[in-house]
Amino acid sequence: MTMAPRTLFEKVWDRHVVVPECAEHPAVLYVDLHLVHEVTSPQAFAGLAARGLRVRRPDRTLATLDHSTPTEAPDASGQWPGIDPAAGAQIEALRANCRLHGIDLCDVGTGRRGIVHVVGPEQGRTWPGGLIVCGDSHTSTHGAFGALAFGIGTTEVGHVLATQCLLQRRPRTLLVRVEGALGPGVTAKDLALAVCAALGAGGGAGSVLEYQGEAVRGLSMEGRMTLCNMAIEAGARAGMVAPDEVTFDWLRGRPGVPSGAAFDEAVADWSELFTDADARFDSEVVVDAAAIAPTVTWGTASDMTMAVDGSVPEPTSETEVAALAYMGLQPGQYLAARPIDVVFVGSCTNGRIEDLRAAASVLDGRQVAAGVRMLVVPGSDQVRAQAEAEGLARIFAAAGAEWREPGCSMCIAMNEDRVPDGGFAVSTSNRNFRGRQGPGSRTFLASPETAAASAVEGRVADPRPYLQEVTRA
Amino acid sequence: MPEPFRNLTSRCVFVDRDHVDTDQIIPARFLTTTSRDGLGAHAFADWRGRPDCPLDAPGARDARILVGGANFGCGSSREHAVWALLDFGFRAVIAASFGDIFRRNAIENGLLPIQVAPGVVASLRSEPDVEVTVDLEANEVRVPGQDAIGFTVDSFGRHCLLQGVDTLGFLLEREDVIRAFEQARGDGGMA
Ligand code: SF4
Repeated sequence: MTMAPRTLFEKVWDRHVVVPECAEHPAVLYVDLHLVHEVTSPQAFAGLAARGLRVRRPDRTLATLDHSTPTEAPDASGQWPGIDPAAGAQIEALRANCRLHGIDLCDVGTGRRGIVHVVGPEQGRTWPGGLIVCGDSHTSTHGAFGALAFGIGTTEVGHVLATQCLLQRRPRTLLVRVEGALGPGVTAKDLALAVCAALGAGGGAGSVLEYQGEAVRGLSMEGRMTLCNMAIEAGARAGMVAPDEVTFDWLRGRPGVPSGAAFDEAVADWSELFTDADARFDSEVVVDAAAIAPTVTWGTASDMTMAVDGSVPEPTSETEVAALAYMGLQPGQYLAARPIDVVFVGSCTNGRIEDLRAAASVLDGRQVAAGVRMLVVPGSDQVRAQAEAEGLARIFAAAGAEWREPGCSMCIAMNEDRVPDGGFAVSTSNRNFRGRQGPGSRTFLASPETAAASAVEGRVADPRPYLQEVTRA
Repeated sequence: MPEPFRNLTSRCVFVDRDHVDTDQIIPARFLTTTSRDGLGAHAFADWRGRPDCPLDAPGARDARILVGGANFGCGSSREHAVWALLDFGFRAVIAASFGDIFRRNAIENGLLPIQVAPGVVASLRSEPDVEVTVDLEANEVRVPGQDAIGFTVDSFGRHCLLQGVDTLGFLLEREDVIRAFEQARGDGGMA
């Protein structure tokens, strides 16, 4: 019997069906890896305790501290003396829950702590073909490896802790076909924003995206993670890229990945994970890579984008009129006309080593403009250590940027790292929502290159003039 | 465990905007909690006190239905958004469309998400003071003097809402199948 052609998504889905979906109930899916952090887990652990349940598979659970955790250095005992007591209680709750249930916690001092979506791949826990969930919407990041990875709510976190399974209706499939190659100075982040613009902020709802095309194949793993990270910003359940040699090379030698013959066996299995030639998607969108410029957002939803050197567009809906009013921008205006207050380089979108290299290449020998506060927040302990070893940290410090401890930081503004009320930020994170980076904050999302160029000029700036000597795959 | 949901009749509170994200429903700085309780105080925290804030309008405290535009509840996975709306007093949200995670979080907690055509949102808006009936048993929204508006909710979610049961029980009952699945893939687990 020959199998019907299947998409990448369908192959991964099929591998995890414990009980098939029917009219009465969704499918029961098996979760290979459950990532946990301090903010969306305490109520789930409390729910377990209330029912006298244990974590079923602590070995398939990996925890870290990132969201509300300060980006100041902790003291020798792993504490932050000045921490907001509520944030401190969350950190201690996760520590206690991990101890109680035997869950590996990437805590302070392990050298493995960081943003949950940076840590999973880095530790070799993210595998092609896996099903990965986390109480965090940017779990879509892990789809870069050909995993099916998506965010869940806290009740579902409890389901996975207790049963290692999740109830899911099968999503639709949506092919994002990226045609042509990205131009110089145009990055995975610009592509991610272009996909949001092409689909609309809610256009991916109910769907799993698969990114295909030469420009996608040409991305490094870091770039693919940036791209998949923002699938949720188009409303999609998940985003996926079929694994290839780039994927396997990146994974080889990482701690959680098998080695030797077992690795070759794994690669043989992972090599089956691609969309068959005749497989059908429920829908498709085409993005012309060559037409993408370095991109920034001008509004308060992910699809409100423009070329960095373009002018603010005319609003086409009441929502866009309101967004412009919030941002204090006028149609036709050039963003370079307006000073900025903050530049943030970091987050699970753009807080990996390549992102820091890109920002450093622009900042090298230059200064952050007077009146601009620039934070560079590495995505993990390992990224931080590597950036220090490569001399990037020195470049940031010499330019006048703050070099901080890993965490979500100004992406979500749960700790002290906030954009001032009414302030303008150029940010490498993923959300330009009202107040996302602090009450009254106004965000221009951008690539690390654009963010660094903007830091130098003190206003939204085109990175291309700075990148002439830099070659970036 | 959520209370059974059958029907309710209430005035509506209108959030006249598309893409109302979960950072609006509850800003991240209020997520530093280990509890589900008391979050209604922070619902739409950055909108409160402004002259146009719908949650400050007269009668909003007694309304149990929130009406939104397209892509309501997009953004983060924070279930706190649903907890905050429930604690404020809402039991149903009518919107042109929903963020996927928000919709599932809502059902898990007994907050009924009702997706209707954008024109229905506009027509509800045109008579903001009437009492609207949301009837899950009949799968209908009823407005006095108008034809009933049908809606669908996923059959399993509907069952859970009507019975007030949570979904963990369903999974726990399948422990044998889960174990067999693990064994079939050669994964004996830790024990
Ligand atoms: S960096 Fe931002 S988007 Fe990523 S996990 Fe942290 S808060 Fe979420």
